[in-house]
Amino acid sequence: MENLDQLVKQALGAVEEAQTVQELDQVRVDFLGKKGQITQQLKTLGKLTAEERPKAGALINKAKEQVQAVIVEKKQGLEQLQLNAKLEAEAVDVTLPGRGQDLGGLHPVTRTMQRIEQFFSQTGYSVEVGPEIEDDYHNFEALNIPGHHPARAMHDTFYFNANTLLRTHTSPVQVRTMAKGKPPFRMICPGRVYRCDSDQTHTPMFHQVEGLLVEENVSFADLKSTIEEFLRVFFEKDLKVRFRPSYFPFTEPSAEVDIEWGKDDEGNIKWLEVMGCGMVHPKVFESSGIDPEKYNGFAFGLGVERLAMLRYGVNDLRLFFENDLRFLNQFKQS
Amino acid sequence: MKFSEQWLREWVNPDINTEELVSQITMAGLEVDGVEFVAGEFSGVVVGEVVSTEKHPDADKLSVCQVRAGGETFQVVCGAPNVREGLKVPFAQIGAVLPGNFKIKKAKLRGVESQGMLCAEAELGMSDSSDGLMELPWSAATGQDFREYMNLDDRIIDVDLTPNRSDCLSIAGLAREVGVLNKCLVEAPKVNEVESTITDTFCINIDAPEACPRYMGRIIRNVNVQAETPLWMKEKLRRSGLRSIDPVVDVTNFILLEFGQPMHAFDLDSLTGSLNVRMANDKEKITLLDGQDIELLSNTLVIADEVRALAIAGVMGGEHSSVKESTTNIFLECAFFDPITIAGKARSYGMHTDSSHRFERGVDYKLQGNMIERATELLLNITGGEVGPISEKTSKEHLPSRELVELRYLRVESLLGLKVDKIEIEEILTRLGLRIDKLTKEGWLINVPSYRFDISIEADLIEEIGRIYGYNNLPVTTPFGNLTLKPHDEAVTPIADIQNHLVTLGFQEAITYSFVDPALQKKIDPDNDGIALANPISADLSVMRTSLWTGLLKALVHNQNRQQERIRLFESGLRFISKGDEIEQTPMLSGVVSGARYPENWTNNGKDSLDFYDVKADLESLFARLGGDFEFKSGNLPALHPGQTAEIVKNGKIIGHLGALHPEIHKSLNLNGSVYLFELCLNEIVTGKVPRCKEFSKFPEVRRDLAIIVKQAINYSDVKSAIIEKAGDYLIDLKVFDVYQGQGVEPGMKSLAIGATWQHVERTLNEDEIAQTFNDIIDVLKDRFGAILRS
Repeated sequence: MENLDQLVKQALGAVEEAQTVQELDQVRVDFLGKKGQITQQLKTLGKLTAEERPKAGALINKAKEQVQAVIVEKKQGLEQLQLNAKLEAEAVDVTLPGRGQDLGGLHPVTRTMQRIEQFFSQTGYSVEVGPEIEDDYHNFEALNIPGHHPARAMHDTFYFNANTLLRTHTSPVQVRTMAKGKPPFRMICPGRVYRCDSDQTHTPMFHQVEGLLVEENVSFADLKSTIEEFLRVFFEKDLKVRFRPSYFPFTEPSAEVDIEWGKDDEGNIKWLEVMGCGMVHPKVFESSGIDPEKYNGFAFGLGVERLAMLRYGVNDLRLFFENDLRFLNQFKQS
Repeated sequence: MKFSEQWLREWVNPDINTEELVSQITMAGLEVDGVEFVAGEFSGVVVGEVVSTEKHPDADKLSVCQVRAGGETFQVVCGAPNVREGLKVPFAQIGAVLPGNFKIKKAKLRGVESQGMLCAEAELGMSDSSDGLMELPWSAATGQDFREYMNLDDRIIDVDLTPNRSDCLSIAGLAREVGVLNKCLVEAPKVNEVESTITDTFCINIDAPEACPRYMGRIIRNVNVQAETPLWMKEKLRRSGLRSIDPVVDVTNFILLEFGQPMHAFDLDSLTGSLNVRMANDKEKITLLDGQDIELLSNTLVIADEVRALAIAGVMGGEHSSVKESTTNIFLECAFFDPITIAGKARSYGMHTDSSHRFERGVDYKLQGNMIERATELLLNITGGEVGPISEKTSKEHLPSRELVELRYLRVESLLGLKVDKIEIEEILTRLGLRIDKLTKEGWLINVPSYRFDISIEADLIEEIGRIYGYNNLPVTTPFGNLTLKPHDEAVTPIADIQNHLVTLGFQEAITYSFVDPALQKKIDPDNDGIALANPISADLSVMRTSLWTGLLKALVHNQNRQQERIRLFESGLRFISKGDEIEQTPMLSGVVSGARYPENWTNNGKDSLDFYDVKADLESLFARLGGDFEFKSGNLPALHPGQTAEIVKNGKIIGHLGALHPEIHKSLNLNGSVYLFELCLNEIVTGKVPRCKEFSKFPEVRRDLAIIVKQAINYSDVKSAIIEKAGDYLIDLKVFDVYQGQGVEPGMKSLAIGATWQHVERTLNEDEIAQTFNDIIDVLKDRFGAILRS
């Protein structure tokens, strides 16, 4: 049994020397495996007396446990080293850019229209669309703008022939929607409109969102709240809003809406016109087959580019239709 | 319309300052566009009298003048051509400061001392340009401060009137409005009848009384058109943006500004026979005052004599009968023309005049009698002359009718959302000159004055009440209705989701004009003629797009020319195709892609070039989201490369195309790198199905791969259909994982490697049945396509 101490000493030495998990495993096999040197010591027990046997057996087992424990401990250490080395080898430069497709983006006009639509959808307005090549009836006549009306001069109209034109506003969609349905109505119509005008502050095509609400009891006071709420939500601030009497042939009373937009040099509020609105003109109701005695309605029209310019600080209207990526790329984040 | 604040205040003078006045009328619906001073900022300028002039010894164009002001005489060197002895002029003395902070100091001009400067209008900020010194009347008090003498502490207010408010196109109308708003008295100048001193008349006939319900005129003989228009009138005209021409024109312009009545004067001696107000003969010619020759249309009302058309009624006079320097006798016209007859006429001849502006919106039809008197009186004061009696032709039945308009008390509340006291309503109406004819059970019957062309129904009256009450004083309430929300069809993908999907795939949205260059469009879509605009803004924006590609390719060129290399654009919008009498306006979704597959990065060097399958994958990704069975078949389209064109088919219908831009178009546009395009009919792609959950198999999948060699021209889709036909019910997936041409494969052939996967819902598939199916597949491929199995 003197041999046992010797073996343990040898085993511990071998463990100490083992550099890898494989070498360590070999040490375990050599000393603790079925045929391992320490395990083999159990075979010598047969030569001992019955009294000596338990004590010697216990010593061998203790030696095994002692070696086993050291191996386990060493193994953990080696594994840790191995893992560390692997981790180190696998490290990447996290500051290098990622690979793959760039993100695209929505056009700021679309983005603005989506914001407008979102507001009105939440309050129960449906989104309607209509043709852009319109007839004279829907664009003018049904909106109380007969042939010789001076208001026609307010619309520089693109014509195809005497009766066919590019819609000058999204208001014809009101007429089409009312003609095919029954009140009440709550709708908006976003879309392209066209005027024969092109300079620094006009593009021959631009976007409007027309809104219409027709119910039995609705008044100018309701229109005011709708517009004020919309502008507050759109600009995300409590803006001063004012309603100024104006004129549109298809609404009576009519108003133009100004918002507070900064101050002038003398500290006076600068008012900026952002939209037109009014109570639906009885003649418009009549041409849509709606009884103006029973129903009231209000309508409003928003210039999308105007709102987009204010919201995003765009200072040149023409940028919207050049489709220059250096401009468009600025509106990716949503 | 521009007007002088002082002039307005001569009529009505509320106790408010300019800013308050401007804000008040703006909020009453008369929007003020701008306010400017009637002259520049200057000081130290007085009325000077030129007592003598002599030539400068050393300069041909300069004069040395002695100028008297305030009891002293100053020597001033002046270069103006109109400087002369006896002239009274604005004189900037030493120490004066002219606009632009220009200080007047003692100076020597070519060796001669000059103690100040004689001024032209432009130098005082009173006009944009002038061709000599401003000449003041002899009555001007020498030495008086020029600002004070001219009443220059005045402002020009520019009001942008909406077309319904023709009643405010004059000082009288504006004053009436300001009076209403401030509850203050309006004082109009007294109009005196001028007694005739001669009996001469000129015969007037009206052929078109519906277009000209009233025509008045009178002869004035021996007028001195060389007489000087008084400074006060010139200044009023100037401050309203009109130049002084001669006393006759000035007086008619003055009446137009003062009362809103356009008038005209003819040179009596150039008239032949009698006057006739009639519709023009077709192609009748006239030379207008401004020298342009016009061929008239038969819908145009003219004033004619027995020989020719003399004037376009209510728009502009003709050259032939115009008042000239030699004129001594005139015929003064004051008429009411029907707004609808005049409307649009000036515009149709490319004109716009102060007269047509008023007549087409509506002139007070009760005004003519008074106005011809006022004009006569003003004119006689300047030019002298003998006055004939007024001739008048009025057709009462053709004058505008002012029906009584009913106003119901409850409607006021219902429309404005505000309960206004009856007394307050009556008070507002009365102030506006809307007379209460009688009370009714529900409210009032209202008499509308002749100057208001914008009040014919109840809503118009209610607007007036709201306007005077103040829109901003009206209450704010939230609309409260019975809302029935419409169900949203889940099978239909909203356009916003489609746009966002493409954005995630790296596409930037573009918005291009709906009208395009016809030449470019012809290349892209030679089969459809774009619908042409009659009045395009320019030749390259003159036809409606038949494909969104025209605009997108233009945007591509724009960006490539600006050093953008990777361009992925999409757009949604209508295309316009003419089909016989119908115009199809179809919403499309289109895209253009060029540049590298991925942005340049540290592993690809930006070199992996894009091909057909990249863009196809983008569409497949979109289609997967939309749902529905989309097939790609080889197709043909003039804009696309014939070997790289897919038509996209859904439910047996071609709903779009995908392909490479045709090399010839590519070349003609000078594009860089390959360009791929797609265009889809939006309405055809948006509807899919609402997902329906199915049980999925828990048994193992079995996959078998095969590689075959077939002719290059054989489409994978045909191979795929053949496999599916034989693969039985349990095939769950089929994919092509390699396509190879090159070494080991004969030219004109290609190798396809295909993996098929089977799975049964209720059991594990056994080896034999898979082997049998697999053999069937190989047989059909050999049979149908001459496929050779690769080992």
